[in-house]
Amino acid sequence: MKPKSVAVVGAAETTQMGKIPDVSVIGLHADAALNAMADAGLKPSDIDGVATAGISPVELAHYLGVTPTYADGTSVGGCSFMLHVRHAAAAINAGLANTILITHGESGRSRVGASGWARSPSSLMGQFEMPYGVTSPPTMFTVPVLRYLKTYGLTEEDLAWVAVIQREWAAKNPRASFKDPITVDDVLNSAMIAWPFRMLMCCLVTDGGGALILTSADRARDFPKRPVYVLGTGESVETPMVSQMADFTSSKAFRVSGQKAFAEAGIGHADVDHLMIYDAFAHLPLYGLEDLGFCQPGEAAAFIRARHTAPGGRLPLNTNGGGLSYMHSGMYGMYALQESVRQMRGLAPAQVDGAKISVCHGVGGMFAASGTIVFSNEAP
Amino acid sequence: MPPRMLPEPTPETRHFWDGCRAGELRLQRCTDCGGEAYFPPRPFCPKCGGRKVEVFPASGRGVLWSYVINHRPRPDMGDQPYAIAVVKLAEGPTMMTNIVGCPQTPEALQLDMPLKVTFARQSDEISLPFFEPAGA
Repeated sequence: MKPKSVAVVGAAETTQMGKIPDVSVIGLHADAALNAMADAGLKPSDIDGVATAGISPVELAHYLGVTPTYADGTSVGGCSFMLHVRHAAAAINAGLANTILITHGESGRSRVGASGWARSPSSLMGQFEMPYGVTSPPTMFTVPVLRYLKTYGLTEEDLAWVAVIQREWAAKNPRASFKDPITVDDVLNSAMIAWPFRMLMCCLVTDGGGALILTSADRARDFPKRPVYVLGTGESVETPMVSQMADFTSSKAFRVSGQKAFAEAGIGHADVDHLMIYDAFAHLPLYGLEDLGFCQPGEAAAFIRARHTAPGGRLPLNTNGGGLSYMHSGMYGMYALQESVRQMRGLAPAQVDGAKISVCHGVGGMFAASGTIVFSNEAP
Repeated sequence: MPPRMLPEPTPETRHFWDGCRAGELRLQRCTDCGGEAYFPPRPFCPKCGGRKVEVFPASGRGVLWSYVINHRPRPDMGDQPYAIAVVKLAEGPTMMTNIVGCPQTPEALQLDMPLKVTFARQSDEISLPFFEPAGA
């Protein structure tokens, strides 16, 4: 085994998922954390590092009764947890902590104990985007897409196919929020949200949480579950304002983060057996497939239509059903990580037979940030 | 209808909003590294980090770069769908805006159509820079 390797030894989602009106935000963090500790056979006193987003790592540590020597409050949106994994790996190798707990919990639907989503009118976004009527992510994350479609001669039907094929994966997952098959016509006839985006091209809004526990790979074999090794990691950020993306057809943060993770893992695209790309909206798998280098610019839509990412295809993508059909509490990155870990443990509802390498790619904000993790169930 | 959400200028952006009030779209450029225009405002060049920058009046011309049409209007924006647009200015930077003088439909809003700036007074302090079709 390569020295300084790190592994996931505990992973779990909240006990319930979907609509959880009787648990607050911090309660969801704690439920996921306790489930992950049970999964790893650990108690709070065994944890010496904490990382979270949405709430402060101080709140998390105090609530759980953990006295950490490492705390990471990186909060860059839904991919924060990918960055937490990356930072945890570095921290374990630097000796800052041995056993690091990363949690997520969000009452996205029920809003129990949830904080508001306000931008100061003197922030850059408050001055140069909010005055023009942006509201929630469907009116911001989607802004570059018409330029992408025009550049590559694509249409809203190409967006619809992303949702249709992900629903096929969701149908295999008992915990998915939406499991019934849908057609391209269903997507194109669903309610208009923000042209060209319709309801079924947008993520769900649900309640839930998840947690991961990482430690050094040499300790990992002593835990009850099969270790899932971290082969490579990447992160980057671009802009707090979607209108200031350098290129409306490609995310710089995706490219930088992905290249870093692949290089660190020492893998090529042909080595990847399973892929997660955070899909808050239907265009994200298209940008992700291209910016991570699985497809040439403009070719991801045809790749998806050709069923390469569908059940039975050569690059299984978003096998839990994704943010479009599985669940999306607000910061979905944790659920993408959970599915990668399940696939590497061989325990996923839609298990990819023989999968050895999983790439998990997250986005934060509106193309603001990105984090990429390469996992394997074989020791590096 | 609640009052429209308006920007609160900061010392670093004051020249931009003063310009809008005076009917002038103001950008900045670096006098050290080649003079490329940039936006949003900041008192240094985002390319080279140099502090020798100047404010200059932009042409107010650009093209429609991308947009969505929001079908769930924010309460302060009325009750009709409206385009949240990005214009690519002739000087290079992109800027979020609304398109006025034009139906808010995919048919009327064609990417790359030429646009020109127009200022809409919102308060004593703030006029917002909107864009309208520049015509043939």
